[in-house]
Amino acid sequence: MPAVEETLDTVRDATQGAYKWGFETDIEMEFAPKGLNEDIVRFISAKKNEPSWLLDWRLRAFEAWKGMEEPRWPAVTYPPIDYQDAYYYAAPKQKAAPKSLDEVDPELLKTYAKLGIPLKEQAILAGVEGAGESPADGRLPVAIDAVFDSVSVATTYKGRLEKEGIIFCSISEAVQNHPELVRKYLGTVVPHTDNFFAALNSAVFTDGSFVYIPKGVRCPMELSTYFRINAKSTGQFERTLIIADEGATVSYLEGCTAPQRDENQLHAAVVELVALDDASIKYSTVQNWYPGDENGKGGIYNFVTKRAACRGKRSKVSWTQVETGSAITWKYPSCILQGEESVGEFYSVAITNNHQQADTGTKMIHLGKGTRSTIVSKGISAGRGQNTYRGLVRISPKAKDARNFTQCDSLLIGDLCGAHTVPYIENRCLTAKVEHEATTSRIAEDQLFYCRQRGLSQEDAVGLIVNGFCREVLKELPMEFAVEAQKLLQISLEGSVG
Amino acid sequence: MLRIENLTAEVDGKPILKGVTLEVPDGEVHAIMGPNGAGKSTLSYALSGREGYEITGGSVLLNGQDLLDMEPEERAAAGLFLAFQYPVELPGVGNANFLRTALNAIRRTRGEPEVDAMQFLKLARARMKELSMPEDMLKRGVNVGFSGGEKKRNEILQMALLQPKIAILDETDSGLDIDALKIVADGVNAMRGPNFSALVITHYQRLLNHIVPDRVHVLADGRIVTSGGPELAHRLEAEGYAGVLGEAA
Repeated sequence: MPAVEETLDTVRDATQGAYKWGFETDIEMEFAPKGLNEDIVRFISAKKNEPSWLLDWRLRAFEAWKGMEEPRWPAVTYPPIDYQDAYYYAAPKQKAAPKSLDEVDPELLKTYAKLGIPLKEQAILAGVEGAGESPADGRLPVAIDAVFDSVSVATTYKGRLEKEGIIFCSISEAVQNHPELVRKYLGTVVPHTDNFFAALNSAVFTDGSFVYIPKGVRCPMELSTYFRINAKSTGQFERTLIIADEGATVSYLEGCTAPQRDENQLHAAVVELVALDDASIKYSTVQNWYPGDENGKGGIYNFVTKRAACRGKRSKVSWTQVETGSAITWKYPSCILQGEESVGEFYSVAITNNHQQADTGTKMIHLGKGTRSTIVSKGISAGRGQNTYRGLVRISPKAKDARNFTQCDSLLIGDLCGAHTVPYIENRCLTAKVEHEATTSRIAEDQLFYCRQRGLSQEDAVGLIVNGFCREVLKELPMEFAVEAQKLLQISLEGSVG
Repeated sequence: MLRIENLTAEVDGKPILKGVTLEVPDGEVHAIMGPNGAGKSTLSYALSGREGYEITGGSVLLNGQDLLDMEPEERAAAGLFLAFQYPVELPGVGNANFLRTALNAIRRTRGEPEVDAMQFLKLARARMKELSMPEDMLKRGVNVGFSGGEKKRNEILQMALLQPKIAILDETDSGLDIDALKIVADGVNAMRGPNFSALVITHYQRLLNHIVPDRVHVLADGRIVTSGGPELAHRLEAEGYAGVLGEAA
């Protein structure tokens, strides 16, 4: 990028307020024609050289989608979306799948460097082809799959992971190299007809991450996918599939950002997790899509379906999410607790500031004996933000001795925002125990004054109090990301008090 | 030197301070006593800049700096510390984290280097020992689940760490048993020296047996109505406010 442009960019970043990831990368892109029809679905499938069973599956999803309606029950409002007025495929032009980071377009590498993905990650991105694979500070490295608009542009540490039999690659690559695994599990947790946005995703998904951890293997490093929407008028439809075979353990983290634009962009992802006997998956999200400006203009519509199947005995899935971005968030990471004594956890922090709206929560479906679930949700509303927790705990007659504990806390900053809690509890088993606790509070004037009297600025005081409020959730994040998340919480609330 | 001149303040439009004039020279400890509703807490909040305590006139200078022009955190950095009558709970915020954040915020403003976690622990542990505070109080949420005595000791710990030029102790003795009272008083006395002064606000003479003031002022109906040496506190104890005030009036 020429120096002048870079300077302009820096100035823009500095003057356009709190969202620091709103820049755009100037790179040659390849688009499918605008709009959505069967030809586009075929185009995407052909572009990815997919087998016919997958094309058929996409087409079935597209047929189903045409007959479906957008869900109207979430407590969010937005103008009608014109699904014909968007690009469904946008990819940076580059040679076929780069084999190493050296082959990746430097403009893309620069973009990720600029995004301030935790510095440690940057060190690794830059160091992959270098001498050692362990960073100098001795901490465990993080393997990253970087998804730019519709395609995965780089995956780090594949070699090292392969030694353990772990597969970590883009889902497009998995379709080519491990079709039997993809075919066995794709759509088995979130069927292609599950809901409007899941059906849309099934028809047009372009990329995403694929993880397979073989029997008895404990993944030696954090796996991470970093999603970036760059191109204008594009939807992002990624599909992630993670399978932990018997006795396997993995911790996975996703992060996301997008440029600052006046138009709304749609992000409709599907994530499927499968945990077999004694397997454990920890899935953490730090969601920081562009939230729109302070008047509610622009921002990402984040309509996402995430679900885990705890199929095996004693399997465990833990969702942790920190949702600070997006104009609208509609998302319910859920667990189907099928295996006996399987465990589901959901830890969530959702912030809505300015005109952001969030309708988020979880579903815990208890099917197996002795299944347990824990839900801890922290909603923070500021400005004119609207924050809804919506959760379902369902206990089937066969889920003897199932247990659930739910805690929902809301924090209000200012008097124009709203917090709503909508818990659904369906218990059909006499020996099950279900607990629900909920609180709503304000940041009290005396708390702020106490902090300021001790020398903290108003904004640091809000940050400290909010981080304290979220502590139970933040401590579930991998350590290096917890620090990032704390900073993000504070940035998201800048200017919300006083 | 803290110099308060003809300070007037109101709360919800109601005048509470009606012209307070007071000087606390460096190195001195002054007590402010007075009946309920005299304006003692209002004075401490007006000096520290709490929202809702509207200054309507007068001036407050700390070593020549105009405090009334400053935000609460700027006053803290300038060296003003308020030990709260009811210390506030901050759920989920670790006490150690809070104390270090506060200490570093103030050090930054003063142009001093920040302390890292290890240096801070060393500092805090030494002070806590002096205050007979168990070390696990560093790990707990700020004032969350603390007993009344623990909360007050936590205030004194913060004062000891932040090293203010002037400390206002707002009824720090309320709710303390005699052992805790001694510990708190020892904490304040340990700070006494040429660069530290204090304004001890209290109902009762009891605390002043342990923190012997240089001067005692009586605040009534928003004004300092009489001042004297430590013996004034004893007279108040013996004769009551009505007795002393009747004579002053």
